[in-house]
Amino acid sequence: MRYSYFPGCSLEHNSEAYHRSSLAITKALGIELVEIDDWNCCGATEYVSLNMVAAYALIARNLAQAAKAPGLDQLVAPCSACYLNLSKCDKYLRTSPSLANKVSQALAAGGLSYQPGSIKVRHLLDVLVQDVGYAAVTARVTRPLHGLRLAPYYGCLISRPGLRTVDHDPEYPISLDKMMTALGAEVVDYPYKTHCCGGHMTQISEATGFELIRQLVKGAADYQADAIVTICPMCQLNLDAFQGSMNRYFKMNYHIPVLYFTQMMGVAFGLEADDLGIGSELVDARPTMAKIGVELPVPIPEGAPKRKRDDKSLPMPRARRETAPSAEAQEAKR
Amino acid sequence: MVDQAIRQSRPFTFLDEVQNRTPGESRLLMCIQCGTCGGSCPSGADMEHTPRHIFAMIRADMREDVLKSNTPWYCVSCYYCTVRCPQDVHITEIMYTLKRMAVEAKLYDDPTAPDFSKVFINWVENYGRAFELGLMSQHMLRHNPMGVFKMADMGFGMVTKGRMAFTPKRIRGIAGFKKIIAKAKELEAVHEI
Amino acid sequence: MNDDVRIGVYVCHCGSNIAGTVDVESVARWAQDSLPGVVVGRDYKFMCSSLGQELIEKDVKELGLTRVVVAACSPHLHEATFRDACRRAGLNPFLFEMASIREQVSWVTSDKSIATEKAKALVSGAVRRSAHLEPLEPFVVDINPNVLVVGGGIAGIQATLEIADGGSHVYLVEREPSIGGHMAQLDKTFPTLDCSACILTPKMFTAGQHRNVTLLAWSEVEKVEGFIGNFTVTIRKRARKVQTDICTGCGVCEEKCPKKVIDDVFEAGLGYRKAIYRPFPQAVPKYPVIDVENCTYFQRGTCKACEKFCPTGAIDFKQEDEIIKVEVGNIILATGYDLFDCGRIPQYGYGRLANVFTSMEFERLANAAGPTGGKVVLRDGITTPQSVGIVHCVGSRDRNYNKYCSSICCMQSLKFAHIVKERTGARVYNFYIDIRTPAKAYDEFYQHVVEEGIIFVRGKVAEVTDAARMTGEDGKLIIQVEDTLVGKQRRIPVDMVVLSAGLEPRGDAKETAKTFGISCSMDGWFIERHPKLDPVATMTDGIFIAGACQGPKDIPAAVSQGAAAGARVMGLINQQHVSLEPVRASVNADQCSGCRICNNLCPFNAIAFLEDRAVSEINPALCQGCGTCVAACPAGAIAGAHYSNDQIMSQIEGLLMLDLKQPAPVPA
Repeated sequence: MRYSYFPGCSLEHNSEAYHRSSLAITKALGIELVEIDDWNCCGATEYVSLNMVAAYALIARNLAQAAKAPGLDQLVAPCSACYLNLSKCDKYLRTSPSLANKVSQALAAGGLSYQPGSIKVRHLLDVLVQDVGYAAVTARVTRPLHGLRLAPYYGCLISRPGLRTVDHDPEYPISLDKMMTALGAEVVDYPYKTHCCGGHMTQISEATGFELIRQLVKGAADYQADAIVTICPMCQLNLDAFQGSMNRYFKMNYHIPVLYFTQMMGVAFGLEADDLGIGSELVDARPTMAKIGVELPVPIPEGAPKRKRDDKSLPMPRARRETAPSAEAQEAKR
Repeated sequence: MVDQAIRQSRPFTFLDEVQNRTPGESRLLMCIQCGTCGGSCPSGADMEHTPRHIFAMIRADMREDVLKSNTPWYCVSCYYCTVRCPQDVHITEIMYTLKRMAVEAKLYDDPTAPDFSKVFINWVENYGRAFELGLMSQHMLRHNPMGVFKMADMGFGMVTKGRMAFTPKRIRGIAGFKKIIAKAKELEAVHEI
Repeated sequence: MNDDVRIGVYVCHCGSNIAGTVDVESVARWAQDSLPGVVVGRDYKFMCSSLGQELIEKDVKELGLTRVVVAACSPHLHEATFRDACRRAGLNPFLFEMASIREQVSWVTSDKSIATEKAKALVSGAVRRSAHLEPLEPFVVDINPNVLVVGGGIAGIQATLEIADGGSHVYLVEREPSIGGHMAQLDKTFPTLDCSACILTPKMFTAGQHRNVTLLAWSEVEKVEGFIGNFTVTIRKRARKVQTDICTGCGVCEEKCPKKVIDDVFEAGLGYRKAIYRPFPQAVPKYPVIDVENCTYFQRGTCKACEKFCPTGAIDFKQEDEIIKVEVGNIILATGYDLFDCGRIPQYGYGRLANVFTSMEFERLANAAGPTGGKVVLRDGITTPQSVGIVHCVGSRDRNYNKYCSSICCMQSLKFAHIVKERTGARVYNFYIDIRTPAKAYDEFYQHVVEEGIIFVRGKVAEVTDAARMTGEDGKLIIQVEDTLVGKQRRIPVDMVVLSAGLEPRGDAKETAKTFGISCSMDGWFIERHPKLDPVATMTDGIFIAGACQGPKDIPAAVSQGAAAGARVMGLINQQHVSLEPVRASVNADQCSGCRICNNLCPFNAIAFLEDRAVSEINPALCQGCGTCVAACPAGAIAGAHYSNDQIMSQIEGLLMLDLKQPAPVPA
């Protein structure tokens, strides 16, 4: 399977580990990611705050560049913000004729053109879940992540703005949960899994920015997670690089490493830590990684537990939709 | 459709201005003031006016108060509000519109956020890529000089872990890129009804 | 044109509804001057008024009119009115034709010249068609006085009692083992705070014992055939595995049954029942039912405790479903509602967080006959909450789930607030967008609740979470909401959250509608004939709807609709006959070749093949005049009354005004 690949500015440097581990695990799964030629910054949330047409023209330039690659009509972005910008741009070009008109004029000034709808933008997680599948991932696992309690953190952008793909419920997605379970890890029913990390708020207002980070880290700690697994470089930066500053601000002492889901997959596939960029986190992940394989998971008993005679408790509601494996495990333990 | 029908029936107001300058259909008029957005917003507690309040103010034609407020600048674009809104108001898009209008009218009270965006954009427009070190240093020196010291060890950590680029990277097609941006900005100035 | 075709054309102003856009005077004048066969063309302000109708009657008598054309509103509204006027004047009502120049012209364009031209075209078409109309006699059928009521909730029970007391026989079909519906699950009812079961059970009992009622509980309608006055309904009487003629309802079987399962239906998943059970102690009928999927005997072949202990030997494991057919004249659907599934809103934590309850779960909690004996406690079954948050508008007024307002949740939430306060003294918060208390004594109830010290926060709840962020939040459920009256985001810790879930149509409402030949709206509720003026009838003659199946409503409204449907049906029964539209198809046996193509095309199964004569024949009672067979017959042997080829073709020619215009230029 071949896809066009849009790394985004973050994956170039501050989250190079995400880029490296993405390439490593996709290679291990037989996927080829072809970086699009001469891509530019997607503008993050900054550009569209000051310009509308220029912001979408800038994003459309990437789509136009991607469209040049023959035979590749699917563009994969590991960064949630890039994914959102690319998707949203394509959607607005398809649905807003006046904007589409202006953007195509702008692109033409640079000698480019883009036919809205011709590139399908995907997030890397979505590609692994839908096109590869959990079973294929489990089959590739040589070193199950037994003993690790992971908090799956989706962040806000991947599942929300109406661009959602199957299984990305905006409030309670379970694809990353299931992916981590497929690697053999124990997944925590993390209540903040779709809460925002604050984006650039640390630079606008420390109080607000750090509070958002604190909530996420505290939530993971309260649920006894060993690490937070993330799918977005901004989230990783905020939770990892700013964890120390946040600790100082609130006089707290959290130490929750934050890793990319591709890194976890790489570890489970038995790949080298260097190939996955492990060690580049500011909150040291090594003590956590040393836990792998030490504790074996406790098997969940089959069927409903027997009720004691004097048990007055009321039954929990039975779920009518698919729930996260963590929620099921919690229920079985009850 | 709703926006269009309303536009035809009364004189042009601040509300119309906001709706026109938001791509797609904003549905601002459909707001029932339920407060889901304000309740869901991660930075809602720190905003001067919650998003819901801002919409009431827009409908009351309070242009200056709205464009001066810190609300759009505290929006983290997490889209919780947009997804949960029972009336499908495209809140986050409206926030972007308010940011643009506030900068154009130079009405924002606190320049921290607009300046951050401006510095970011400056690097992108000259190189085609974002340049974090440039962005952070320029921004902090101007708006949070003490932060330079406070975040020194974080910066140090980023450098030692190889996560900090020291020079900006320029894309090959920067010339064409600049032409695209220039043309786009020229077209931006035309707001259609 | 025959000399005996003398057409009168009447163009209605409808106030300014039509006249404001269409030049009605000129249309009337033009019709009189230009259209063939038109003897008189008049315009009048309100044709449907008695004066307007008298105009028609006078002209028919004095001018010897043989056809009448009225250009006005939609035939749906006043075709019957004008047909009646013709009839009174001595003219066959089917020699009347109506052109809609309101819904089809003045209400869809504001361009006056186009509107007038189109109105002329429609009138021209109607005039040309009317010349070919034939007099027809309505088809009269008897009304079978028996009635079928589907659904034994409060609306269905009310309808049943009205009709049964009126002297007609009712078959009351109910899918659950007992009648009572959702009302039987409730604790107290607003605004009187009457105990729900106390006011319901006497009616249930009366309905169950009434000599004019055949109660068929644990049964479902499978097929409906026929037409108004003459329905044949196939009902499956499911096997209770209990012989009801011997069972005394003593309840020993239930007591001795060792298999306990969670009761998802009556106890809303909060309590347990046995594999052989009655849904609640006052069940009507009193006979239990065996849940075959959970019964140890049916699953594994062992146990049989119920059979062993039954004093009369009423258990019959071999009992089979029984299929019965009943003949009824009218059917009332009162199938009720389903509760919105709160699991669809993950941010409210229902299903994950133990102490988040739905409204129905709370009703069972508060109910003295419920799983906790009426004690308002947390999911652990023991702890009394010190603070409770009640959330309005869950799954209602929300484009993400259901756009409509569910009508009862505000009152219900106020009722919950009162119950919690009274029984626990806890701190109670109600989170609302609006307080909707429209009916009698409702707002007074709200004021009474406010006086009790309930805290009202205006804001739609954004999240219910257990993730604590600051002191005072640990171990609590935190409700995050914007207090819109203050303009600030608040996090309010509580012990228990009750979600006032919205009402939804039954999951199988569409299938039910199909079985009975009625339609559902976009939201899934059954469609009434007219939302303001005819809420209990449907577009299908003989099928009526009552209660929540028509739309969310409270008990007084459901009872009113049940009684209204009952009265309508009684009215029809009293008339003993009903006239059906003679718009039907008929097969010309001489021309029929017996190809049988039409047989399977009929959506109403009205065409039979007569083997002995090798021709098809249409049953005029079942035929609804849809025209499918008329179009399909390759020999043109089927004629559609009131829609013959001549009539249709002349209408088309009239619309195009071919004989009044210059001939079309021939292409070079």
